[in-house]
Amino acid sequence: MAAVLQVRDLRKSFGGIGAVNGVSFAVHEGEILGLIGPNGSGKSTLFNCILGQLAPSSGEVRIDGRPITGTRPCDLNRLGIGRTFQLLQVFPQLSVRENLVLAGQEHEGGMWSRLFGPRDAGLGAAANRMIEFFRLTALADERAGALSYGQQKLLDVAMAFMSGPRLVLLDEPAGGVNPTMLGGLRERLKAINQTARATFVVIEHNMEFVMSLCTRILVLAEGRIIAQGSPEEIRNDRAVIEAYLGN
Amino acid sequence: MLLAGLATGGIYSLVAIGFVLLWQTSQTINFAQGEFVMLPAFFVLAAMKFGGLSFAAAMGVGLAVSLLVLGLLFKRLVVDPVIRHGVLPLVISTIALAILMKEGVKEFYAADAQPFPAAWATTNLQVGGAVVSVQNLVIIAVAVLAVVALQYFLGATRTGRRMQATAQNPLLARVLGIPVGRMVLYTFLINAGLVALASFLVSPIYLAKFTNGETLGLVAFVAAIVGGFNQVRGAIAGGLLLGVADNFVAAYLSAQYRAAIPLLLLIAVILWRPQGLLGRAEERSV
Amino acid sequence: MKKALALAVLALVVAAPFGLKPYGIYLLSLWAVMTIAAIGLNLTLGYAGQISLAQASFVGIGAYTAALLTTQGWPLGAAFALAALLCFVIGWLLGYPALRVAHHYLAFVTLAFATLVYLILRNEEWLTRGVYGISGIPRPTLLGWSTKAPLDFYFFCLGVLVLASAAAWWLLRSPWGRAFTALRENPIRASSLGIDTRRYTLMAFAIGSALGGIAGVLYAPLVQFIEPTAFTLGLSFNLLLMVIVGGAGRFAGPFLGAAVSVLLPEWLRFSEGLYLMIYAVFVIVLLAFCPSGLLGLAERLRDSWPRFFKSAT
Repeated sequence: MAAVLQVRDLRKSFGGIGAVNGVSFAVHEGEILGLIGPNGSGKSTLFNCILGQLAPSSGEVRIDGRPITGTRPCDLNRLGIGRTFQLLQVFPQLSVRENLVLAGQEHEGGMWSRLFGPRDAGLGAAANRMIEFFRLTALADERAGALSYGQQKLLDVAMAFMSGPRLVLLDEPAGGVNPTMLGGLRERLKAINQTARATFVVIEHNMEFVMSLCTRILVLAEGRIIAQGSPEEIRNDRAVIEAYLGN
Repeated sequence: MLLAGLATGGIYSLVAIGFVLLWQTSQTINFAQGEFVMLPAFFVLAAMKFGGLSFAAAMGVGLAVSLLVLGLLFKRLVVDPVIRHGVLPLVISTIALAILMKEGVKEFYAADAQPFPAAWATTNLQVGGAVVSVQNLVIIAVAVLAVVALQYFLGATRTGRRMQATAQNPLLARVLGIPVGRMVLYTFLINAGLVALASFLVSPIYLAKFTNGETLGLVAFVAAIVGGFNQVRGAIAGGLLLGVADNFVAAYLSAQYRAAIPLLLLIAVILWRPQGLLGRAEERSV
Repeated sequence: MKKALALAVLALVVAAPFGLKPYGIYLLSLWAVMTIAAIGLNLTLGYAGQISLAQASFVGIGAYTAALLTTQGWPLGAAFALAALLCFVIGWLLGYPALRVAHHYLAFVTLAFATLVYLILRNEEWLTRGVYGISGIPRPTLLGWSTKAPLDFYFFCLGVLVLASAAAWWLLRSPWGRAFTALRENPIRASSLGIDTRRYTLMAFAIGSALGGIAGVLYAPLVQFIEPTAFTLGLSFNLLLMVIVGGAGRFAGPFLGAAVSVLLPEWLRFSEGLYLMIYAVFVIVLLAFCPSGLLGLAERLRDSWPRFFKSAT
């Protein structure tokens, strides 16, 4: 069975400086893969290469066996791939519900059907379900810009899931979130992972969050994978400890 | 005739270089660049008419005023306040500024074309078997000199290298202790100098008129794009190409559609070589 | 509150022409025509974030289409259809290669296109009669109602404006409108959500250009004599300023901006040639302090009103 996501020997350099130096890994359905590593290890660059924001210097990316290297971000959405952003990217002038409807509208159908077809097409109901799932019901009609940081992060994650993606790449979802809300976020992510069989790849710096959420972890340093395994194994891996603490 | 093309091209290059420099260092797309070239000539004329100065003195005054108004004041009064809100409002502001300058000259000086004295003899020489105008030679010489001086300044002097660093990565430059604000100001001053020079070169030929800015502005943008937006060398190449093409078309093909050359070249470049002739293909940015 | 305001404005524009001299009615009609073009440009600039310097050229294309057709006896309706289609297609053809390259290239392409159109209008005398222009453009008759008189033609313009506004409103309320907002607010996020930013930008530009063409079709019978110098970069700048001053990306922006632009030369008549300069300075100052235009300024004042009262007590 083909892996949901397969990365083969991916490389990306910026004018002679190699940010990603030959990374290969596979993610299977239902896994929550954590991607950790010290600053500058190439995690974000790797993400951006997978997600079509950057064109890799070499190597390939496959989804369900199909090559998608360098596909445009908007086309990736249709292939069932979603992402969240490290720096918040909600639409602050729109309400929470409008944000979610917007997040779901481009997934199916063509441009013209969107203009002349039925206005709602079930999006309103889907948005409401998402609002309830992420416990944002009280804030549904508030302008997204007025929410607290943690709440906006939840919205950010919710938006990525509106189109029902198979694979979601989360870029530092715990960053800046109040510790009291972290537990809720982790629990919601696990719930989606179970019910929708969605696969995640998560970049994170918050070790505790990663260890408690992910089923498998990859450690990146200087653009290369230096370790992979279960949270327990990684916690005790010497190479990982060295990479983080320096020598 | 090739010489005439190169001369025109030289002038275009100067204007295009300034335009590209502004874009590189401060994300300023100066839609008033054409009017910037139109104005210095009028500073000189005004100095002579109202100040009674000699031509040479007036040129000096004109240059100084250009540096002040088109360099310092432009940056402090227009660019700095507006760019806080983004590139789009700045572009609109420069459009408004262009209107302001054009109307200003029309109202406060004259609406009809004014003769502008040349700093050289308007005679022709016999070189080999061909007739060559001194004017074109002088223009080419001055333009080349200016470009060489500029390249030397940017590449070999400390300030110049700091300016290049600022253009490539302002954040890093700041971290390295380079006074970014001042470097950007220098770029504006250099642009002011370049357009003033272009103005003094072009006005004797085409006369000084408030509408001069329109064609020159378009040429500057297209030259910059055709050459490759992110390169000064590209601006030079683009300018020369446009100058030669312009003269060629006017002489051999339709004179009426002379002004369509920039558009056609632009379309051609966009379709077949979007990064410009000398530019590097830009990364699809995050 | 907004609905009441809209109705009040509607009542105002319907009642306004009565009691005005023919020149005043002409100004009102001009305002209506310019608003249509500005609504189109607002789509391009305010929603899709692209600068188009060719909107006047599209108005010109519309005007010449109308002039050529109606002076040959064709109905104005045919001109509307043809001009809209033509401008839409041209907009698409211009935008497609330009946007494929980079976001800011469309501005330059429209600049060059504007120059080209002017040249064609001026030089191709066999078609456009060049600098001599086309005169005697008739005003249409709708089901027996002749719009020849200034007052009648004004209501015709108003009718077209209402239709155009309604269409724009419907478009902006649709999923496309949501996509336009998304791509203006946050193109990176929009694209990761599947919104094809390039295509939507192109659509906005093409539709905006088509609206310019429609405005042009209305312009021709309004002035009844057209020639190339009416459709130069000057008008394009003017339209841009209308959108900005009114408030880019706001639905009511074009209405306000067009009003300012049409009325300003009248108010500043005492300053003669200076009015353009004053206008330009005003725009620069406005952009430095409140880039969201007069409507944005009004919003800010409204929001800070309660504070004003609080501190006063």
